[in-house]
Amino acid sequence: MENLERILAEHPFLAGMEPSHLEILVGCASNVRFEIGQLIFRQGEDADVCYLLRRGRVSVEVFSPNRGPVVIQTVGEGDVLGWSWLTPPYYWHFDARALDPTLAIALDGKCLRRKCDEDHGLGYVLLKRVATIIEQRLQATRLQLLDVYGNHS
Amino acid sequence: METIPEKPFGQEPMSTDPRHFRAYRMKRRWQETHDTFTIELAAMDGSEPVNFAPGQFNMLYVFGQGEVPISISGDPRQPSALTHTVRAVGSATKSLRRLKAGEGLGVRGPYGSPWPLEGARGNDVVVVAGGIGLAPLRPALYELLHRRADYGQIVLLYGTRSPTDILYRKELARWRARFDLETLITVDRATDGWHGHVGVVSTLISKASFTPANTTALICGPEIMIRFTALALEKRGVTPENIYVSLERNMKCAVGFCGHCQFGPLFVCRDGPVFSYPRVKGLLAVREV
Repeated sequence: MENLERILAEHPFLAGMEPSHLEILVGCASNVRFEIGQLIFRQGEDADVCYLLRRGRVSVEVFSPNRGPVVIQTVGEGDVLGWSWLTPPYYWHFDARALDPTLAIALDGKCLRRKCDEDHGLGYVLLKRVATIIEQRLQATRLQLLDVYGNHS
Repeated sequence: METIPEKPFGQEPMSTDPRHFRAYRMKRRWQETHDTFTIELAAMDGSEPVNFAPGQFNMLYVFGQGEVPISISGDPRQPSALTHTVRAVGSATKSLRRLKAGEGLGVRGPYGSPWPLEGARGNDVVVVAGGIGLAPLRPALYELLHRRADYGQIVLLYGTRSPTDILYRKELARWRARFDLETLITVDRATDGWHGHVGVVSTLISKASFTPANTTALICGPEIMIRFTALALEKRGVTPENIYVSLERNMKCAVGFCGHCQFGPLFVCRDGPVFSYPRVKGLLAVREV
């Protein structure tokens, strides 16, 4: 458990977090590993995990009947994968697949929600960090939509 | 009345006036992507090659079609192979694409400020290229790798629209195989068979290995990409004074006479195209300069 707390503390998403909060989060955490090509989650399934990636890369995909899986983003070491555990109806909106052998910390989404309800201080700190990730992803997505390398730019 | 003997094209004495072009011929041309090609030029009179510094550009004149500023994309240590990479988007660049081997064109230059490679000695160097912005940065990469021992970590972050838009594929493959150069490539839109990164180039900054406080960053690409990349570098801790950007404006005379490329108090052709980021940061935020 002590080792897991150290791994959590070293992940950029949780860097600088209060030890008391980390201690609570350890209770929701486990080490997971995915092989190349392994589906981590699938659109429509229950979103009950938040992954903190430690090694490897993961593609976030959407399945198109004509094109098959279309990669819309890749995430890797130090990134967070998945925030659908945070907001109802707690379903994944995309697929996620390991592109490399991938190591991650899996934080149980139900456990996280319960702990955040019990300790609003933890909930606020966690939500601020998730909001930062969402803001960064939204900005990146907007830039992707701009098609800055097109003829008009 | 005295008659002036005519000389064949390309045999005129070389002018020292920076507004005069010299006659070159197309040695060879090859396609990089569906809309981008690279040309290699040779002086028609066989004169000594003109030295250039990484980041500088030439004005290429397709006779009867027009003149266009194009960055030099070759190795500064091999100036005899005058190399430019061109994206065919306007009439002059499309005319360049139609030139056949042996056909003539005019060249003026080189012009403009270079990348500050001397000042970056001892530092880590992060090169961030977007789209065809890799072309003006390639001479800098050649030079950095020629003098590899003079620098700390060297990182190339390259973003482009899709996998089919990636320039210099063979060279990138060689660079990716080097242990002394970290090369990360991303595309905004993946296609089938692409197993690399997907996302904008600024998202690679957090994944690269360098020491921000001891880093010089060189950025070239579309202006929006430059703005967000510079912000991401600052956020990671790179000093703004150590960030350099190459800007593109409507350059015509290339020597600061005509004012077409005026950017606030600056002329991009004369004062740039490479600027320190603090010098242009405020101007980049202005809607209409």
